[in-house]
Amino acid sequence: MDFPGRDASQRVIALDDVSLDIRKGEFVCLLGPSGCGKSTLLNIIGGMLEQTSGTVTVNGTPVSSPRPNEIAYVFQESTLFPWFTVLENFRLALKFRGTEDAGWRDRAMQSLTAVGMEQFASHYPKQLSVGMKQRINLARGICVGSEVMLLDEPFAALDEQTRMVLGEDLSILLARRGKTIVFVTHSLAEAVFLADRIVVMTARPGKVKASIEVPEAHPRSPDFMLTDAFQDIRKELYGLLRDEIRQTVAAMRQARDAQA
Amino acid sequence: MIAQDKLVIRTIQVGVLVALFGAWFIATRAGGTLKLFLPAPELVWREMGVLARSGQLWASLSVTISSIVKAYMIAAVAGIAVGFVLARSRTLVRLFEPVLSGMFAVPLTMFFPLFVLFFGIGPDSKVAYGATYAFFPIALNTIAAFSNVDDLYLRASRAMGASSWQQFRYVYMPAALPVTLTGLRIGFFICIASVLGGETLAATAGVGRATALAAELMETARLYAWIAFVVCMSVMLNLLALAVETRSERE
Repeated sequence: MDFPGRDASQRVIALDDVSLDIRKGEFVCLLGPSGCGKSTLLNIIGGMLEQTSGTVTVNGTPVSSPRPNEIAYVFQESTLFPWFTVLENFRLALKFRGTEDAGWRDRAMQSLTAVGMEQFASHYPKQLSVGMKQRINLARGICVGSEVMLLDEPFAALDEQTRMVLGEDLSILLARRGKTIVFVTHSLAEAVFLADRIVVMTARPGKVKASIEVPEAHPRSPDFMLTDAFQDIRKELYGLLRDEIRQTVAAMRQARDAQA
Repeated sequence: MIAQDKLVIRTIQVGVLVALFGAWFIATRAGGTLKLFLPAPELVWREMGVLARSGQLWASLSVTISSIVKAYMIAAVAGIAVGFVLARSRTLVRLFEPVLSGMFAVPLTMFFPLFVLFFGIGPDSKVAYGATYAFFPIALNTIAAFSNVDDLYLRASRAMGASSWQQFRYVYMPAALPVTLTGLRIGFFICIASVLGGETLAATAGVGRATALAAELMETARLYAWIAFVVCMSVMLNLLALAVETRSERE
């Protein structure tokens, strides 16, 4: 992925030679230093950005524009439209997707119940806390029934405790539905706790540095975090990432000095 | 507790009004030259009755209100259309937004004689003047409303597969509504003020003209009667605007 910029000095190669196969039903975490192109990669997979070279295929078909029937997106911030109630937001998501039918209300309520938010169906987003909104965003992503879900740091704006609870809920939900997930995160613990496989990326331009399996069945309980297996993987990830983070910081310093 | 607070506030507000009227009443008892500029309230009241019964009130009011309505319609349609079209492109906004806000900063009152030259002394010049003045806040707010729609919602709706029409209907419109309404509200009051102001400056009919005429002839009781009518009209139009606004905000 090559962002040309206004002139040569602004040109950014965000991703370079990334090759990734994701199995159906697999939960993959993209982990890497900030600015390494994780979100760019996710946007390309989702058809939100067109890659400058290479191909992406989902279920055998190349992706070049958003495909809401197969791919649902959950962003870092709440994307519930503030001018509609929670339930209306669900309806709109189905309407945009072209799958609004007589049973939409039941399906929406089911998804809300699955994340324990059914009593807030007729609330407006501004009446809810950040954690509640993100819970509902997840529910909406699940409700539309796409097979693939792309999550771009969905818990980044939440506090540590809400994050843990939501992570657990997500693990339980996904174990039940068998969706294919690509999840971008900064958090090592989150990656180990949630993923079947963690793809560690290098500093910009992002390449795949390592791919680490987490052999633990879903749903995972919080006790998993206390096991040695969890700690070992976490340590391994930290080792892999440390150099990349250093490199990113060094590159940032260099850019700053060049400007001054 | 809250209901009680409200009662206290209302009592004070009414009290201030009563005190003002009381002061007016007492001042007119004093006599002297003041009487010339400040007729007794009962004289003003009688004059209001005369104007209402003689049909002068309705004749003037209909000219003024129809001018305001015409001017506002033109301003609202043109302002929203221009604002929306400009907001479609970042370049257009960068080119024309400063031009529009610059023009709005100029006191258009100084151009009023030109409106009279171009559109004549009849109501048309007031309509054109009011429409021009009200156009700017409406256009500027519409630009602000449509160009500041959060990119996150646009991306999210695109990811969900919204067509451009759906994006307009369910994202742009509701997102832009509050600020656009603010523009429409500001434009409404500017429109009333410009039409009335224009009528006092140069006109053959209308409430503003009648008020100015009463002042020229030193018919102070009549002057105050017209001012009282203008106040009533503004309050009523204000309530109307408020009702429309709350209704469209609820939807």
